[in-house]
Amino acid sequence: MKYTSLSDQDKKKMMATIGITSVEDLLRTIPEELKLKQALNVPPSLSEQELLSYFEKIRVQNKYTDYLSFLGGGAYNHFIPYSVDYLSSRGEFLTPYTPYQPEVSQGTLQIIFEFQTLICQLTGLDIANASLYDGASAAAEAVLMAHRLQGKPKALIARTLHPQYREVIKTYVKNMDIEAEEIGYSSHGEIDFEDLKEKIDEETSVFICQSPNFMGVIEDVKKISELTHLHHALCTVVIAEPASLGLLEAPGKLGADIVAGEGQSFGIPLSFGGPYLGFMACKKDFVRQLPGRIAGQTTDVEGRRGFVLTLSTREQHIRRERATSNICTNQAWCALRATIFLVSLGKEGLKELAWQNMHKAHYALEQLTQLEGVKSIFSGSCFNEFVLQLPKEWIEIDEFLKKKKIIAGLNLEEFYPELRNCALFCVTEMHRKEDLDRLVKSMNEALAQE
Amino acid sequence: MIREPLIFELSAQGKRAFAFPKLDVPTNREILKTLAMRKEIEGFPEVSEVEVVRHFTRLSQTNHCVDIGFYPLGSCTMKYNPKINEKVASSPEFLSSHPLAPQELIQGNLEILKETEGLLAEVTGMEAFTLQPSAGAQGELVGMMLIRAYHQKKGNPRKFVLIPDSAHGTNPSSAHICGYQVKEVKSNEKGTIDIDDLAQNMTEEVAALMITNPNTLGVFENDIKKITQIMHSQEGFVYMDGANMNALTGISRPGDMGVDVIHLNLHKTFSTPHGGGGPGAGPVGVNKKLAPFLPIPVIVKKGKLWSLDFNRPQSIGRVRSYFGNFLVLVKALSYILSLGPEGLREVSETAVLNSNYIRKSLEQDYYLKYQTPTLHECVFSDKFQREQGIQNIDIAKRLIDFGLHPPTMSFPLIVYGALMIEPTETESKRDLDLFIEAMKQIAKEAKENPEILKSAPHTSYVGRLDETAAARNPVLRWDAPRG
Repeated sequence: MKYTSLSDQDKKKMMATIGITSVEDLLRTIPEELKLKQALNVPPSLSEQELLSYFEKIRVQNKYTDYLSFLGGGAYNHFIPYSVDYLSSRGEFLTPYTPYQPEVSQGTLQIIFEFQTLICQLTGLDIANASLYDGASAAAEAVLMAHRLQGKPKALIARTLHPQYREVIKTYVKNMDIEAEEIGYSSHGEIDFEDLKEKIDEETSVFICQSPNFMGVIEDVKKISELTHLHHALCTVVIAEPASLGLLEAPGKLGADIVAGEGQSFGIPLSFGGPYLGFMACKKDFVRQLPGRIAGQTTDVEGRRGFVLTLSTREQHIRRERATSNICTNQAWCALRATIFLVSLGKEGLKELAWQNMHKAHYALEQLTQLEGVKSIFSGSCFNEFVLQLPKEWIEIDEFLKKKKIIAGLNLEEFYPELRNCALFCVTEMHRKEDLDRLVKSMNEALAQE
Repeated sequence: MIREPLIFELSAQGKRAFAFPKLDVPTNREILKTLAMRKEIEGFPEVSEVEVVRHFTRLSQTNHCVDIGFYPLGSCTMKYNPKINEKVASSPEFLSSHPLAPQELIQGNLEILKETEGLLAEVTGMEAFTLQPSAGAQGELVGMMLIRAYHQKKGNPRKFVLIPDSAHGTNPSSAHICGYQVKEVKSNEKGTIDIDDLAQNMTEEVAALMITNPNTLGVFENDIKKITQIMHSQEGFVYMDGANMNALTGISRPGDMGVDVIHLNLHKTFSTPHGGGGPGAGPVGVNKKLAPFLPIPVIVKKGKLWSLDFNRPQSIGRVRSYFGNFLVLVKALSYILSLGPEGLREVSETAVLNSNYIRKSLEQDYYLKYQTPTLHECVFSDKFQREQGIQNIDIAKRLIDFGLHPPTMSFPLIVYGALMIEPTETESKRDLDLFIEAMKQIAKEAKENPEILKSAPHTSYVGRLDETAAARNPVLRWDAPRG
C-alpha cells in the first residue's frame, strides 16, 4: 500500500512546471556516492489484509490477557468509559500538530486549559502544565526544576519512589551538578524520618517521595513537607496512582511545593507501558521555571475568550540552551483522554473509583493475611496496593499460580533485595469479589503444596 | 456558531456521566480512619454524558487537522496518518499488556520492538536502536548522553557541542541539559554549514556536532562527508537530528554519510498521528562505537524466547519508564511494512517533488533568501510583503480564511520573517494548487488590500488572539467565580 495522491499525469505536469524531466533531477544535490544503489532491505509491501494477519500472528504470542492479574507498580488496570475511546479517536483530535496557530486549534487549547485546571484541583496546587512524557520523566523534570529554583547541590530521593523513576532521575541528573542521595523506609513502609532528618540540610534543593509509595503505603505528606521546609528545601510528591486523589487530601494542601505524576490511570490503557501521561503542578511563584507547554486564556480582536500556548519564553524554541526543559512534543492526546475520563467520572465518580479501589484492596489484604504464614510486613495505610511476605519461596508460589492462570503480584526482591519472598499486590475496581476469592483460594493451595 | 463554555461552566450538582457497578465487598470505615482525607475535590465538574459528548465534539470542530486538509507546517511532516495503523495498535493484546508482565507472556510485544529496531536500523544505516525516547527532544538528549558516556570513558567528557545557527531549538537545549556548552557554527551563503567555521571551531574539547540533514532550509548538506571527517579526525561525533528524514528514506542513509548517532521522529517520517502535540516517539540509532552505551533494557534472544537484558555495564541507564511509547512504535512498524522498500523510496521522491512544485510556483510572489536547491521543504519570507507593512504572521492568519493551515513561521532563525513550507508526499496536486492559488491571492492582497491580511483570520471560530496579553497576565486555569 502507498499513501501518495499524484496521478502520472499530475507528476508530468508538475515536473514540467519545475522544468525537470525526472525526480532524479531534484536529487542531484545529494552526492552520488551517498545514494543507495539498491532498494532497502525491508519486507515487500503489505496490503491491509496482509498487515492484519501479520500482526495477528504476533499478537497471539501475547498470553498475558488470559490471566487474572494483580500487577500494579506504576501501571494500573482501570475501567475506561466508552466515550473516552469514541471521542478521542476523532481525527480532529488525533491528527493536528501542537497548537501553534491558536485560531485553528481552539479545541486542543481549551482542552489543555481544562486539563491544567483538573490537575490543579486534584493536586491542590496553583498551576499545571500541558503534560510531560510519563511519570518517570516528570519526576526527573521536577528534580531539575527544584534545582533551578534553589540552586543547591543536593537532591534527596525516597527509596520508595518507583524504582524506574529513580533510575530515570539518576540518568537525567548525572551530567548536572546535582548529588542524588536516597532515603530509606521504615517498618511502616513509609519514608524513614530519622534517615531524612540526618541527611537533609541547607545544601538540599529538594526531597522527592511518592504517595502512595511503591510499597502501596500512603505517606504523611504534611510531616514530610514541614521537615523539608525547615531546611529550606522543596517538597516534591510523586503521584503514580492518581486514582488515589479521589479520596486522599491533595498534596498541595499538605504542603507539597511540586507534584509530578503519572496520569495513566485516567483513561489510558496499560498499552505495555506507553504512551502514558506525565503531569506536573506547582505553586504560582514557580511558573517561570515550570517545564513544558502551558495553555493560557486570552481574548481575540472582538473580545471573545480564546486560548493560546503561553509563557513560551521558558521554552527551547525561544530560549534555546537556556530553556527550562528541552521538551517539545509531549503527550497532548493522552491529556485529552484523561480530561474526558475525569469529567465523565466527575466529582462523585472519582471519589467512588478511589473508594472501590481501596475497599477491594483491603478486602483482599484481609483475606490473604488470614492464610497461615502470610504477613503484611508494613503497618502503614495503603490505597490499592500492598506488600505481603509469603512463608515460601515466591518463585514457587508464582509458578503454581501461573498454572492456575493467575499472576499474583510483582516480585519485590528484584527491586529491593532485602525483601525476600515479598510481593506487591494491586487490586482495582476491575477485580470482582469472585476474582479476589479465587486469588485467596489459589494462594492457599499454593502454600499447601509440598 | 455556538460558543462552547468551559466544562466547569456546565457543571451542576447531581449530574452524572458515568456509573460504577455496586461495590461487591463489605464496606469498612475503619480503613479510612488514620488518613488525611479530602472532603471533596473542589471545583471538579459534574456533567451529564450527552454534555460530555457534545462538549468535546464541538471543541473538536474548531481544530484544523490532517484529516480535514492541507497542513504544510515545515519541519513537522504533517502527512496523512493511515487508519489501518490505528486499528492494528488497538488490538486488545496490545492495549491490555501490563509493562511488568512476565516476559514469557508478552513475547509478541518484544518481537514487535525487535522488529521495529531492525527496520529503523536498515532505513538509516545504523547499527542498533533504542526505542525508549518518547519524542524527538528526548531522543536528542539520549544521543548526547551516549556521546558523553563514550568520551567520559575515554577520560574526558569534553566541554562543547557545535550546533549550526539554523538548528531546531531543541538541539541546544538538549546539549545543555547533558552538561555541554553550545557553540554556534555559521551558515554560508548557500545556507549550509560553513566548513571553515566548523574546522576552526573543532578542537579536542568538542564532543560532537549536532546537524540536521537536509537542514531546516530543506537543503542537503552536501559536504556531509567532509563534515564527518573533520569531526572524526579529532574523535568528535556527528549527531543527526532526523526530523527531516522524510526527504531521504530509500534514497540515502545517514549511517553511510558517517553519522554516528541519529534520532527519528516516528510522528513525522513514519506517519504516526501527532495527537495535537504528542504522543510521539524518538528512537535513537547508533553505530558500533556507541551501541554499548544504549539505555537499558536491551531486548535479546535467549534460546527461543525474547528477553530483557539489564546487564549492560556501560549503559547510560534508563530514560523513561518501561519501553517507551509502545503503541506509537506499533503504528510505525505497521506503516513501514505497508510501504515496503519501493513505497519508502516513493515517499521521499514525492515529498521532494511536491515541495519543489510549490517552490517553483511561488518564487515570483515570495522572497526566497537562498537559491540553493531544496528537497522536501522550502523557506520563503515576507520580505516582498514587508514593503506594504505586511508580516509573515498576517500571511499565515490570512491562509486560515482559505481553509488551509499556515506554514511554520519565523523559523529557521537565519531567515527573517520565515514561512517554512513542507507539503509532504501524501498531498494531491489539487491540494497543492489550492495552496499555491491562496498564497498568490494573498500576495496580491498584500499590495491591493493589506488591511484584509492584518485583520485576518475572518472565518475561524475566534479571531486573531492576543498572545502578548496572555503572557503578560497569565490566566492558566479556571477558577470558580467567587460569592
